Formats: sequence, structure tokens, C-alpha cells
Amino acid sequence: MYSDKVIDHYNNPKNVGNLDKEDLSVGTGIVGAPECGDVMKLQLKVEGGKIVDAKFKTFGCGSAIASSSLATEWVKGKTLDEAMSITNADIAEELSLPPVKIHCSVLAEDAIKAAVADYKKRQQPN
Amino acid sequence: MKPIYLDYSATTPVDPRVLSKMLPYFGELFGNAASKNHSFGWAAEQAVDEAREAVAALIGAQAKEIVFTSGATESDNLALLGVAEMYAEKGKHIITCVTEHKAILDPAHYLATKGFEVTFLPVDKTGSLDLQALEAAITPQTILISLMAANNEIGTIHPLKEIGAMAKKHDVLFHTDATQATGKIPLDVEAMGIDLMSLSAHKMYGPKGVGALYVRRRKPRVRLAPILHGGGHERGMRSGTLNVPGIVGFGEACRIAQLEMAEEAERLISLRDRLQKGLESQLDFVFLNGHPQNRLPGNLNLSFAYVEGESLMMGMENIAVSSGSACTSASLEPSYVLRALGVSEDLAHCSIRFSLGRFTTEEEIDLAIQKTVETVRRLREMSPLYDMAKEGIDISSIKWTSH
Repeated sequence: MYSDKVIDHYNNPKNVGNLDKEDLSVGTGIVGAPECGDVMKLQLKVEGGKIVDAKFKTFGCGSAIASSSLATEWVKGKTLDEAMSITNADIAEELSLPPVKIHCSVLAEDAIKAAVADYKKRQQPN
Repeated sequence: MKPIYLDYSATTPVDPRVLSKMLPYFGELFGNAASKNHSFGWAAEQAVDEAREAVAALIGAQAKEIVFTSGATESDNLALLGVAEMYAEKGKHIITCVTEHKAILDPAHYLATKGFEVTFLPVDKTGSLDLQALEAAITPQTILISLMAANNEIGTIHPLKEIGAMAKKHDVLFHTDATQATGKIPLDVEAMGIDLMSLSAHKMYGPKGVGALYVRRRKPRVRLAPILHGGGHERGMRSGTLNVPGIVGFGEACRIAQLEMAEEAERLISLRDRLQKGLESQLDFVFLNGHPQNRLPGNLNLSFAYVEGESLMMGMENIAVSSGSACTSASLEPSYVLRALGVSEDLAHCSIRFSLGRFTTEEEIDLAIQKTVETVRRLREMSPLYDMAKEGIDISSIKWTSH
């Protein structure tokens, strides 16, 4: 039912945790809803235009956990524009997600975009 | 680690005593029970008769009142569709309940498209019925009340005796889907005023592919229009060559259940309570789904808040359980039974049904506790919702982006 990559991310998730959401160099994206069975929180730390760290916390099925774990791995070292170009199709392909789990990869893409948007918003002076 | 089976409500292994009784009927005793003119047929017929007696005895019925079927889904369909067609002139109203199995709900919805009116009674947060609401729903048009004996997901037991008395008072037939209850709790069609009852062998250590419908013959004599037409087997109510080995196994399973039910129930309640206490003493935010006392001995349905059910099952590898999470269903909707209880959708996604049975051991329960606690803790470390809960943030107060 699950690909080896999903199982591996589920058993050994990369980058679980929190970054300080008050830190101005951190962007936080929270997407999904508890009543839909998945919530993803993805945080990015940006220095010199590059993503130097990423963390996630996810409430959801194994595929949702794997999608967010993979997303944090992929965004590290990328510029914001590069991170924004990651699509759900890339994630679904890498994890060999079955059609019924595609929404998990969509959520991961949304989480990256929400975190980048939050970071950008926080750079603007009030 | 050897896999641990805690999904007895889904199906049970065939008891070795049942299997050994069945085996000759695949071999030398292969006859057709409908062959009336030779010894092969007579041997099969005799075996079926004995099984019929055993099934009937378990529920306080007469052997002639047992119609063998392919399983509870067929029995449920035969009861609803058969009564609806036969009694349509008397009335076209049927009463059932929102927490019934799909094998009741789907035929009921089908009948609704054929001009019948169907009332789906609600339940309270324990899964229990309001008997006054049931009585109020009965009209002069009502021909059938169909309410399950015990629920497959949460184990809540309906008050069959009270429902039976009410049905009798209003001259309405009473059908009960006893798939989960048979052999687990005492059932008596006379004492409980039951007119039709669906039974399944594979939920009680018999084989898959065989079940029965009890059809009352006296006071009142229930008439049914068949859904399978053919050779006129089972007094015309269910044509088709009898599944002799399956029926023999079903009979033996009923005989064993009758002998061992009381002792087994006591043992299962003690194991189930051990499981519940073990989990609740080590984990916070655990909620019981169903009725705290009035439920099947082997059933324990819990929601582990902030942990999604499918991912929990994935982590509890080698422990076979079920979940009401949407991710475990094709529909992507969480369990309709839990939703009917008023369990919020987020908690429905977090539900796990443990169902214990005849071969469950204390050692298995202790391993299941350990593995469940470990996995819940690990996943909560990963859960943004658990963080929020610990910070005292009310998750329902947040405006989420539904998708």
C-alpha cells in the first residue's frame, strides 16, 4: 500500500520540530484542517536569500507525514523562488503516492507557499 | 514480532473445532442436501438439519425458522426487501437507525427510491436510541422496525426486549441485525419479541460465506418475498444449493458459542478493561466512543486526539486494528457511525477500534498497550495540534483552510 520512501519518511521523519515563530528570519505556514484529517505546519529560516533550515509538524496519515518531511528536505539550501517552484506533482512522484493520496502532496506544496508568503510578509515594515 | 490480531469485529479465525467438523463435507460427504433419493444427499441433509438445530438453539428459535444465506448482508437485504414487497399493501413505512450497517442502510435507501418512506432514527452520544422517539415514529403505515442488536464500530447494544415489546404493541414486525451480537451476548427471539434476525458465521469463529435469517413462523407468521428465485430451497425464501460445509461449520460455531459464551464474555471484558486502563493511564486526551457499560464484551473504540488514525495504525505495525479515519476508507469521509454520535470530525479521524476475541491473550494485550502508547507519543511529538493543545489553544476556535 505504501512505497518504501513513504515508509522510510514515516519511520525516520526528517526535520521534525519547531523554529521560533517570532524570529523575523522565520516564515511559518499552517495548512489543512483537523476535520479533514490533516494539518501541516512548515517553517523556514531564511538567511541571505537562501533557506538555511526547515522544520515541520504534521497531523495526518503516513503520506502526509512523508510529504511534509520530504518538503523540508527539498527546500533546504534553495532560494525562495526555487522553493516556490516545487510542485505537488514532484512530491507525489518522488514518493510514488497513489491517486487517493495526491491531496497530501498538494498540502505540502501549499505549506511551502504559505511559509514563504509568511516570511515575505514579515520582511515588510509595518 | 508475531502479528497480533485485534480486529475480531471485522472477522474471526475459524475455530479449529469448527474446521475439523467441516472438512469431511468437502470430501467424502459431498452430497447435495436437496438430493432426496440417495445416501449422499441424505448425509448432507442430516448434517444441515443438525446445524439448523444448533443455530436455532443459540437464539431460542425453532429449527424450521432458520433460513440459511450467504451471510449477513444477504440476510439484511432479504429481511428488508422481502418484508417490503410482501407487506407493501399493509403500509410503506420502515423505521431504522443512522448507525446501522450499510447492509441495512443501502437497501433502506433503495426502498426509499421505490416509494417507501424510511425513518432513520438518530442516536445519542453513546450510540443509544431514544425509545420514545422510536414509538413516536411508528405510524399506521409502519410495517417494519429494523434495529441492530449491537453496533459493529462502537459495540453499543440496543434494548432489544423493549423494542420488541413496542413493535408487538403496534403490530409492526421487528428485524434485528445481530451479526456482531450473536454468540457474544445472550439473544432470545421469544423473550425479546424478535420476528427476523440476521446472523453471520464468520464473526463467531465459523467460516465466511454463510449466514442465516431467522424468520418467525408463529405469532405472527412472517412472510417474505424471496430475492433469489430458483429451486425453492429454504421453504422458497432462498433458492440455491445449500453450502453444506459452511452450514455445518456455522452450526458447530453456534454450538460452541452456546457452551462457552458466558465464560468467554467475562474473560473478554477483563482483557478489554485491562487494555483501556493501560492506555488511559499512560496517555492524555483519550476518549471512549460508544457506551461506557452497555457494549459488546470485546469492543473498545477510542479516539487518540491529535493523532490521525491511519498513521497510528501504520505505526502499530503487526497489530491489526481498524480506524474510523477517512484515510482508511475509499470515500475520504470519516466514520458515519462516529459522526452520528456527535463525535467531532477531527476526533473521528483519530479513532481506533480494538476488537478482542476468543484467541486474544493477556500477553497480546500488554504488547498492544505498549506499541500503541509508543506510537501515539511519537506521532504527537510530530503533531502541530498536540503542541497547540498543550499551549491551551482551542483548536476549534481556529479558522482552518478546509480542503
